[in-house]
Amino acid sequence: MRRVSRLTVFFAGELGLAALLTAAALHEPGPTSERDRYRVATTAPSVDLRQVTDAVSAVNFDFRGIDTLGEEFILFVSVSGVLVLLREPEAEERGLIIDAADAGRDMKPTSAMRGWMVGTVGPKVLFGLYIVGHGALSPGGGFQGGVILATAPMIIYLADGFKVFRRIVKFRMVEIAEAAGATAFLVLGLLGILAGREYLTNVLPLGEANTASSGGTVVAISWATGIEVCAGFVLVMYAFLQHVLAKREAAE
Amino acid sequence: MELLQITMLAMAALFGTALVFAREPASQAVGISFYGLVLALMFFVFQAPDVALSQVVIGAVGLPLMVMLTLAGLKRRRE
Repeated sequence: MRRVSRLTVFFAGELGLAALLTAAALHEPGPTSERDRYRVATTAPSVDLRQVTDAVSAVNFDFRGIDTLGEEFILFVSVSGVLVLLREPEAEERGLIIDAADAGRDMKPTSAMRGWMVGTVGPKVLFGLYIVGHGALSPGGGFQGGVILATAPMIIYLADGFKVFRRIVKFRMVEIAEAAGATAFLVLGLLGILAGREYLTNVLPLGEANTASSGGTVVAISWATGIEVCAGFVLVMYAFLQHVLAKREAAE
Repeated sequence: MELLQITMLAMAALFGTALVFAREPASQAVGISFYGLVLALMFFVFQAPDVALSQVVIGAVGLPLMVMLTLAGLKRRRE
């Protein structure tokens, strides 16, 4: 196909898509319209039935909890896959050599950068815990908060290198945390069956909307997800860094 | 639609186009991080703060991190 005819097909397709998207956007009900059926169907029931003021969390961790369970295990399996692909059996024994390679990093942060980066670790952890813990009250929840928590060790690696990173991140401990988070979600679902209801039924006390103890299992599942996501990200980071640094050592 | 929403849509289109023209994988990774932030702001002005948060953590942190780490791994292998 010649370039001109290819571009003709491309622009014809693009213009058609642009026209359709514009038409769709003009007929969009808008976030506050009563025509928005999803909003009507989710916001009021999440407060009335579950005492949860963040409708998205109520949908994710309660109304369609089984889908979220599946999503969480997508992440779990992906992390396991990355760990299997990148495993470095002798890397632990070559720990000292890895530290030596680490000392010769291409770019070392200045003390001002280092101070600034280390200074953000505390607020990052606090903000991550807040986002996980307040999933039922305000935007956020386990997934988002978990990734925010995982950026804390990341920034420590950038500031101080792999040696310090490995001192605060114990691989076995993070592995156990990831498995525990994933298992906690499964077990919280079983609570519903133990109470004689369906799997993942919200059987914990619901509390009062807009207070820290509201939501029942929504909050518990948010914490389980937060731990699993955070540990998963840290594990992938650990495996990648070990892989890259071991390769660097082998190349030298 | 409000002016802010139209501005964010235009910015998303602009950054998306700019990203397509970046050919170097490392600059693409940095570019997609900024594009992730623009998308997050766009979701925010369209009153979807939950989606905006997910977009920030995945689009601006998770995805570029994975791309950069993979690039570093590939670079070491080539050496």
